[in-house]
Amino acid sequence: MSKDVVIPFDHQQSAHCESGVISNLMRFHGLKVSEPMAFGVGSGLFYSHMPFLKLNGIPVTSYRILPGLIFKRFSKNMGVQMKRMRFRDQDEAMAELDRVLDKGLPVGMLTSVFYLPYLPQAFRFHFNAHNIVVFGRKGDEYLVSDPVMDGTTTIHRRALVRARFAKGTPDTNGRMYYPTAVLTNADLKAAAVRGLKRTARDMSNVPLPMFGVKGMPYLAKKLRQYETKLGERRAKLYLGNIIRMQEEIGTGGAGFRFMFAAFLQEAAGLLNKPELKEHAKEMTRIGDQWREFAFEAGRMCKGRPETGSTYGTLADKLAAIGVAEKALFKQLAKLPL
Amino acid sequence: MKKEEVPQDDANMLEGKFKVVKYALNENGEYVKVPSVGWEPENVALGQAWDVINERVEDARQQVLSGKLSPLAFHMEKNMMDEALLAKHMGLPARKVKRHLEPKEFAALDEATLLHYADALLTTVEELKRVPDAPSRPISSDQA
Repeated sequence: MSKDVVIPFDHQQSAHCESGVISNLMRFHGLKVSEPMAFGVGSGLFYSHMPFLKLNGIPVTSYRILPGLIFKRFSKNMGVQMKRMRFRDQDEAMAELDRVLDKGLPVGMLTSVFYLPYLPQAFRFHFNAHNIVVFGRKGDEYLVSDPVMDGTTTIHRRALVRARFAKGTPDTNGRMYYPTAVLTNADLKAAAVRGLKRTARDMSNVPLPMFGVKGMPYLAKKLRQYETKLGERRAKLYLGNIIRMQEEIGTGGAGFRFMFAAFLQEAAGLLNKPELKEHAKEMTRIGDQWREFAFEAGRMCKGRPETGSTYGTLADKLAAIGVAEKALFKQLAKLPL
Repeated sequence: MKKEEVPQDDANMLEGKFKVVKYALNENGEYVKVPSVGWEPENVALGQAWDVINERVEDARQQVLSGKLSPLAFHMEKNMMDEALLAKHMGLPARKVKRHLEPKEFAALDEATLLHYADALLTTVEELKRVPDAPSRPISSDQA
């Protein structure tokens, strides 16, 4: 039996797991970045609706870039060097975790929420891309900083093994990572500009209809026909999934739009560009539009639509959001920074 | 969204374990993190997803009781798995798992395979061989 390890780790609650883990791990290594700043520098914001890619028979809608990519982009942008590992063997994966903890380093890892007993039951689906930090070990219990929680928690070794080796989309394969070199004097200003420009480009320029600002009118067109094409029951399930991906734990609400607005606001101060504050305000207004959309959609799913509310009016709302986002990201792409 | 507009619609989804945080504007128009216990549309969408799962679990239970499927089918649904995902956990081809959903094939399984299934489905061999008398909620992996 190895001895206990408790690494002093400053856990801060976040709205989203990946940007939260980045922010918490960087602070440990002496680099202060808020969660919205980590999200912005890592160009996390996106939009996509992929009717051909289904999970549990329902098309995938996403308000962010692919899991893992925020971390990759952040690290590249800030010159952070990361050690990333994956494993075939469970014992080897735990032994390596123990070795890194023994060196006094907190470790980030990919887990499946289905196998995290400390999370509320209602959130435990087979979602295999949840990031947590392990920062110590007491006997068979590992100390966990799960960014969506207000405090730290613990998990038994057996449960952690299951969560680290979940199968599905994707297999988690014991993936873990930790920074090996963090430049505490990295040029955050330049990184924020690069991150912002990249998001503006991603949102504006992907030449396919299902990605970026084009994705909203694309889904709106489909949404208009949901009830006639899918029938009432499936239409509601499809619609419910759009809300879930937008509002569920880890999105910060409004499909990350408020978090991105917070990034713009912080960037305005950092870069001394007051005009970015106006863009932050516009992003906030758009976030509020997303919330109104979710509210109306929720009533529809419940079978108690507001007077006059139809799949058509919902599609109109979504298309209007698409117009607003298109204009905003075009401006951001052109902004001299 | 202003701080005071952050929704606090509690449907006990978080079981009182913690509050999530959302970004909202304070009185000076600055973004801050604000705790929330949930929001109605999200609760509806989440409840809807669970209804589908619970229906599938109950449907499987009925089919086991009527002798059409083996108890494995029930425990698989309870773990929110399909044949393909369970097969991955078992290191077996999906068609084999599918075959084990037939009562006859399941009855012929050896102890080692049953133990392996029980482990993958967070249960015991004894539990694996039967279904509960009453409808049940999907599994809680607390016993993992």
